[in-house]
Amino acid sequence: MQIESAEEMPLRTSDDVVRVRQAVRARAVAAGFSLVDQTKIVTAASEIGRNTVDYGGGGTLRLETLRDGQRRGVRLTFVDQGPGIVDLSMALKDGYSTGTGLGLGLSGARRLCNEFDVTSAPGQGTTVMLARWR
Amino acid sequence: MAEIPILKIGDCLLVSIQVDMHDRLALALQDDLTQRIVADRARGVMIDISALEIVDSFIGRMLNNIAAMSRVLDAVTVVVGMRPAVAITLVELGLGLTGVRTALNVDKGLALIRRIIDSEELDADRVG
Amino acid sequence: MSVNRNVILSLIDRHFQSLLAGWQACLRDTSIGGAQREADAVELATRFLEELRRCVAIAQFDDIRTSEWAPLRAMLDDLSRTRAIQGFSPAETAIFVFSLKEPLFELLGREVGSDAAELARQVWTTTQLIDKLGLYTIESYAKTREEVIIRQQQELLELSTPVVELWDGILALPLIGTLDSSRTQIVMESLLQRIVSSGAELAIIDITGVPTVDTLVAQHLIKTISAARLMGADCILSGIRPQIAQTIVHLGLELNVVSKATMRDALALALRRSGMAVVGRAEPAKPTTAAE
Repeated sequence: MQIESAEEMPLRTSDDVVRVRQAVRARAVAAGFSLVDQTKIVTAASEIGRNTVDYGGGGTLRLETLRDGQRRGVRLTFVDQGPGIVDLSMALKDGYSTGTGLGLGLSGARRLCNEFDVTSAPGQGTTVMLARWR
Repeated sequence: MAEIPILKIGDCLLVSIQVDMHDRLALALQDDLTQRIVADRARGVMIDISALEIVDSFIGRMLNNIAAMSRVLDAVTVVVGMRPAVAITLVELGLGLTGVRTALNVDKGLALIRRIIDSEELDADRVG
Repeated sequence: MSVNRNVILSLIDRHFQSLLAGWQACLRDTSIGGAQREADAVELATRFLEELRRCVAIAQFDDIRTSEWAPLRAMLDDLSRTRAIQGFSPAETAIFVFSLKEPLFELLGREVGSDAAELARQVWTTTQLIDKLGLYTIESYAKTREEVIIRQQQELLELSTPVVELWDGILALPLIGTLDSSRTQIVMESLLQRIVSSGAELAIIDITGVPTVDTLVAQHLIKTISAARLMGADCILSGIRPQIAQTIVHLGLELNVVSKATMRDALALALRRSGMAVVGRAEPAKPTTAAE
């Protein structure tokens, strides 16, 4: 598997989130994703991107287009140096009805992607990796 | 900062979401809507999301909030124009749009609001 | 390496026509599929040899994936694609390239024949190049076949989930076979697209043809129904066999949708909800004859 191309983007304001959505959409289109698959990864990026800005104190996003033989994929890595997630397993549980908080974005985003990984601890920031393959 | 225009159609209010929403705009919209529902004695609120390429949990919460507030003010909320790719993604995301009715487009949305209001009035007559 | 290149280059330059004629004769001999195929191959050979001459002059032989070889690769891609779609075998396709060896070696023999060592070197370099081109042709062929198969699989999937409009604003989606997650995606996409194009507000999902309904299948059904509802269309489930009904209850599945045993009952309900009624005529319409 190789990385065809990569770029980094800042995630500090809600305008950055808008730019991130556009950049992810462009990559998904270039990788030949169907409209539904594009929508899924852009939505996942929007979820985690907002988390990074709203709860992570801002951070960066690394976007990569991957190639594995015939398949192409898009991988996104969100990094922030914020307060970190206190209870990761709680945050990953399905629970949407009401409320605010990190948990809302994570479990949903995970469902929208083929690959998902989150590393976080109180005081150590948060790193979320998600990837979708065509 | 752009404001989202709210149109009046009969006793309904129509809001078309065209731009990327962030916190301030969403709060401003919710404020404006609640004011207008009262001021115009609106019975229905239609939110047109046909321009939205994605609906994430932030937008979902906003829609749920609007529906809840309208309900308290005795108005029906209908979301119209959801794109198929968005609907499929929302279902996968597991985001429940509680208290939000949906219709394919503005025409059907208006018809739906009419039906609901009429049947509610029918029920009210029966009880009263 | 440059010594070899110059020999081959001058060979192609000085004997272009006879090389081409020799190759075309081979192509005719090994030709399959009739006069048109043959004419196409012969015409392609001319263009190919010209392009080969150009590449040999400017490019390295050891790697045909560099940009200088691109036009030649493109010709081979075209050839492979056409032959793959037409149903030729990989060998029948690659023979186009490999048959160039015979006239080339014959020429080399005449030019360099007296010097055995030199002849061996030239033949080796030439055979390596032709082999690379031939193998590339086969790889390209394989890629096209793969694409055809994937496209056919897709079409099969789509064909097996037709959405039918039973009446104004009433759609029917008869599901045949198991409902896995990839099938569910296709089903949702077909159904939602049809809801948009027809403006239907009711969809009857018939599961007579679904062998078992377990928790996973139920989840897929629920997803499909939720998606349709987000598009403003309500659903009615039909074709619930007695065993399925029992399974649903045993598993404690909450489908949250009106369900009917038969499509007939579902249609009756859908018509009622659409504010329509089926009315009897005084006399049934006469069947039309073929002439009408």
